[in-house]
Amino acid sequence: MESYFKVENLVKLFVLKKRGQFFGQHIHVHAVDDISFEVQKGKTYGVVGESGCGKTTLARLLMHLEKPTSGRMLFKGEDITKYNRKQMKALRRKMQMIFQDPFGALNPVRTILNIVAEPIRVHNMYRGKREERDKVRELLETVGLQTSDEMLQKRPNELSGGERQRVGIARALILGPEFIVADEPVSMLDASIRADIISLIMKLKAEKDLTYFFITHEFGVARAICDRIAVMYAGKMVEVANADDIVHKPLHPYTELLIEAIPPLIPDENWGKNIDIEGEVPYFTEPPPGCRFHLRCPYIMDICKEEEPGLIEGAPGHYVACHKHRG
Amino acid sequence: MPLLEVEDLRTHYFTEAGPVKAADGVSFTLEKGESIGIAGESGCGKTTVAMSLMRLIKGGAVVGGKIMLGDLSLLDMPMKEFLKVRWERISLISQAAMGALNPVYTVGAQIVEAIQIHRKVSKSDAWEQTRGLLAQVKMDPQRAKSFPHELSGGMRQRVMIAMALACDPDIVIADEPTTALDVVTQVQVLRLLIDLQKRLNLSLIYISHELSVLGQACDRIIIMYAGKIVEMGATTEIFTSPQHPYTQKLLSALMDIHSDISIPESIPGKPPDLLNPPEGCRFSPRCTVGQENCGEDAPVLVEVAPNHYVACHRINESK
Repeated sequence: MESYFKVENLVKLFVLKKRGQFFGQHIHVHAVDDISFEVQKGKTYGVVGESGCGKTTLARLLMHLEKPTSGRMLFKGEDITKYNRKQMKALRRKMQMIFQDPFGALNPVRTILNIVAEPIRVHNMYRGKREERDKVRELLETVGLQTSDEMLQKRPNELSGGERQRVGIARALILGPEFIVADEPVSMLDASIRADIISLIMKLKAEKDLTYFFITHEFGVARAICDRIAVMYAGKMVEVANADDIVHKPLHPYTELLIEAIPPLIPDENWGKNIDIEGEVPYFTEPPPGCRFHLRCPYIMDICKEEEPGLIEGAPGHYVACHKHRG
Repeated sequence: MPLLEVEDLRTHYFTEAGPVKAADGVSFTLEKGESIGIAGESGCGKTTVAMSLMRLIKGGAVVGGKIMLGDLSLLDMPMKEFLKVRWERISLISQAAMGALNPVYTVGAQIVEAIQIHRKVSKSDAWEQTRGLLAQVKMDPQRAKSFPHELSGGMRQRVMIAMALACDPDIVIADEPTTALDVVTQVQVLRLLIDLQKRLNLSLIYISHELSVLGQACDRIIIMYAGKIVEMGATTEIFTSPQHPYTQKLLSALMDIHSDISIPESIPGKPPDLLNPPEGCRFSPRCTVGQENCGEDAPVLVEVAPNHYVACHRINESK
């Protein structure tokens, strides 16, 4: 079967230039380090990790908002890694992105009409005022917003966080894409609104036959909407499995830690007492030899300090990069 | 007598369109050594309550009610006197640790300054105390010489906690102290707060939109909606037998990764505009079990079980 979206050995190094240094002494941050995966058509592929693990860089690479250092990306069998601007623009009709706060960086004086319609204009698909308005109204209705003239003329700051995210989704969908890259679309929202947006995302997937690549730091959110989940740590994927498997039977110590960190619904005095692991996700300019998690790992063995573990199939369809699971 | 008594607190923000009633008749008490959580969606007034306690309301004012700390009436005292209460008796840990710290001074110097403003101690004693405080929040005392940008988010939040404890306050208000942190760091900071609260017998007011976090940290929970308290009770009561439809919805909106139902329930509609809040029960436009009189009279808090209060007509009538 031809894969839908495939990534092979993707690497992204960021160069840190330090003042006063000689030529050639650049320091690199390994944001995304040799990552390979496949997204199946009609499925949701989730990436979970803490800030600094490289997940947002990965999303931006997929959308060509960053250039990879090496590696390949294939969309429906076609290598899109070296696409130029024009090719990429055409591809954006099929691939769109939903951001954490879609209006954080946008001009606050623009109206909802302008924001949602912008992709139509950018892609030279403008066919007159009336048609554009009708299209924007249709999209607003799809995402569960009002379609009145008043709504079209509102500015982002007049909307609630949940409504803003709905507008962001409408904008991403207006060209009729099939593949959506979503970067933390619900993490700034309250629990009750979050549930709303998650239901909307799921509804749209079914209605419009979408495929999602979904980035989040919350396991609960990933479990709710993803078919397959990859856990990232310091630029590497350390575990990949079906959502239920990874939640119920995590194999990697880091995944265990992330799941244990979720507060239980029934208050439990002992919760979190085992999480006394110091440190946070490190940025590796010089990755240490061995496993990148070994400095924080409760099960550390000698080999972990020397040899970097690769992904192996720890259970059927369940991949893990950890020496503990080697036969 | 409770340590802190808040009675009918009304705090409004003034806008061109009229007053926004962010806290509209909030009453609760806090005992010595008790931790109480205030939960609700953004804009429900939970931060407004905290800021009213600290007398830090900007763009508005406390227009009514009473806040008693023992015999002291906090809202009536001159600001000059209140400055002794703020930080020495009630301190605040806020969400934005980076914004609250001055980037050009070491964190140690900032804690020392805070101590010296409130206490007549020598510089070397203040430094000694600072190192002790850092140890208390489980940081290497050597870190006192670090600048804020040299510390991770979790470390900075620990510094904020150390600073809040600098003058031995009776009450610590923590406003979303872990929201900006990573998942694992969040647990560490939360556990630290819980341990300190127990060990130092602090009274803690913990504000968060994450009910599950409050469940771990607090003895009692207050649920706020649109400027009013809709339910208040012991944490286990709130979690196991929530009475207000809004509380029930909030609980079912939580994601439990261990249950079979993975997609949480959502609450239809959105919180009301506090410029023109709906008549009667403010939750009634979104309530699925409401009845006729809900849109007319505002329900008041009624004790449904010992120390468990609910403001809902449905409950009141069945009583």
